[in-house]
Amino acid sequence: MRRGPGFWAGLLFVALVAAFLIVPVILSVLAGVTVSYQRGILASGVTFAWVGRVLDLYAHTIWLSVKIALATLAATLVLGIPVAYALARHQGRFARLVEEALVMPVAIPGIATGLALILAWGAVGNFRLHWTFILVGHVLFTLPFMVRSVLAVMLGVGLPLLEEGARSLGAGFLWRFATVVIPNARPGIVSGSLMVVTLSLGEFNMTLLLHTPFTMTLPVGLADSYASMRLEIGSAYTLVFLVLIVPLLVALQAAADRAAGIGRR
Amino acid sequence: MRRGDSVALAALLAPAGAFLGAFFLLPLVLMLRTGASGPDGIATYAAILSDPRYLASLGQTLALAATVTAATLVVSGVAGVFLSRHRFRGRRLLVAMLTLPLAFPGVVVGFLVIMLAGRQGLIGQVTMALTGDRLVFAYSMAGLFVGYLYFSIPRTVLTVMAAAETLDPALEEAARSCGASGWQVLRDVLIPGLAPALLAAGAICFATAMGAFGTAFTLATEIAVLPMVIYAEFTVSANIAVAAALSFLLGAVTWAVLAAARTAAGGAVAAAG
Repeated sequence: MRRGPGFWAGLLFVALVAAFLIVPVILSVLAGVTVSYQRGILASGVTFAWVGRVLDLYAHTIWLSVKIALATLAATLVLGIPVAYALARHQGRFARLVEEALVMPVAIPGIATGLALILAWGAVGNFRLHWTFILVGHVLFTLPFMVRSVLAVMLGVGLPLLEEGARSLGAGFLWRFATVVIPNARPGIVSGSLMVVTLSLGEFNMTLLLHTPFTMTLPVGLADSYASMRLEIGSAYTLVFLVLIVPLLVALQAAADRAAGIGRR
Repeated sequence: MRRGDSVALAALLAPAGAFLGAFFLLPLVLMLRTGASGPDGIATYAAILSDPRYLASLGQTLALAATVTAATLVVSGVAGVFLSRHRFRGRRLLVAMLTLPLAFPGVVVGFLVIMLAGRQGLIGQVTMALTGDRLVFAYSMAGLFVGYLYFSIPRTVLTVMAAAETLDPALEEAARSCGASGWQVLRDVLIPGLAPALLAAGAICFATAMGAFGTAFTLATEIAVLPMVIYAEFTVSANIAVAAALSFLLGAVTWAVLAAARTAAGGAVAAAG
């Protein structure tokens, strides 16, 4: 293929966009392992002391975020897979309505949902002080992603037909669910799960309102360190977060590509 | 539908339905009521719409979201079409770089903007060396714009690439061989072909920019976008009725935009955070 000036101009443009996205990440990672950012990494040297300080100060936020992310995953699996299955079996106006209702918590800004949750449930017992209060918000926000991801694959593999076959061979509902529905929906469940964990680990808009000093999550801790600690500590904390989230994002891309090959939308 | 199927359907939907009812619909209704519980009662809703401060904040938020959406669509549209139409060495690396920040939270994006354009940022250092003046814009509307652009590009590039893959390149070839200029191909073939994807991606970009709060929170408390105003009303002023009314307004506007785009695109607008 002949490559004219248009190609090179396009390539330059894309490279500039990529640099805009990647350069700040590199700067932040470097700052997190630099003795003094003011003096520069070459003059002052490399250190992991900042990362150590972050782990001293904020390790509890990391554990809490991981705990909430895994609990969110469990809840979205239990709540979401049956919904996806019901929607896959019964496509119609009612199904559209259910989908619309599910997506609403994502369409409405997190701060609004967070405030609504506090107004409704904030004064009920000690619920507000418990980490499950944040869990509820995260499940609201991530459930539609699980449902959509699983539903797309269920429709893509032609689940109703597969199940009809199993039924005609005499398989009962639970048996069909365990041996036909779940295995066939697996790519969707995997990519949905990665999406849910990634989103939960990074959720801030709602969590800032929902959290209390006893339930500080990783992103809330990040905001705290950006506001009150020196740049190197904020950077080191960001580095810890990236180490946690980037492998998930890479796996998510791969899983989403696989699921997209099956899903029809 | 078989007999008993509706029972099974109800049983499958019940847990999620109960959850949404208790933790989403009920809270929303209560919030709507709380918005009317202040000294002005139901007139609080009218009051926030006639208060110049809140109105200005809503206007700023809408203007920022619209500008970010337009800029994101242009940048991601060009990048996405280019990457889907050309195969070259290093392409995979570029795609990986463009999609890495997908799902970075707003707080982190805010910090990255500070690394770029903050007091100790790269742009400040470069401009200091070149001109002797330190260019710092992270803590303003411009910084917020850069941050929103940052987290909107990866998702939109992915959507555009996926849509461009399904467009038949033969159409563009045909248009070209009929003598269409590059601009005509863009206007008459590419943009109409990508329109549903652009509309869907644009709606999500707009909705995210309306509610994105972490970036503004990290950059500066003086930027009066609507989520920041709500946060201040709730935490600093303890003005819960106004915070609830504003939240309802923000939610309604954002949801309406997404719903309108979904109707226009015929169901192509998928959910996204």
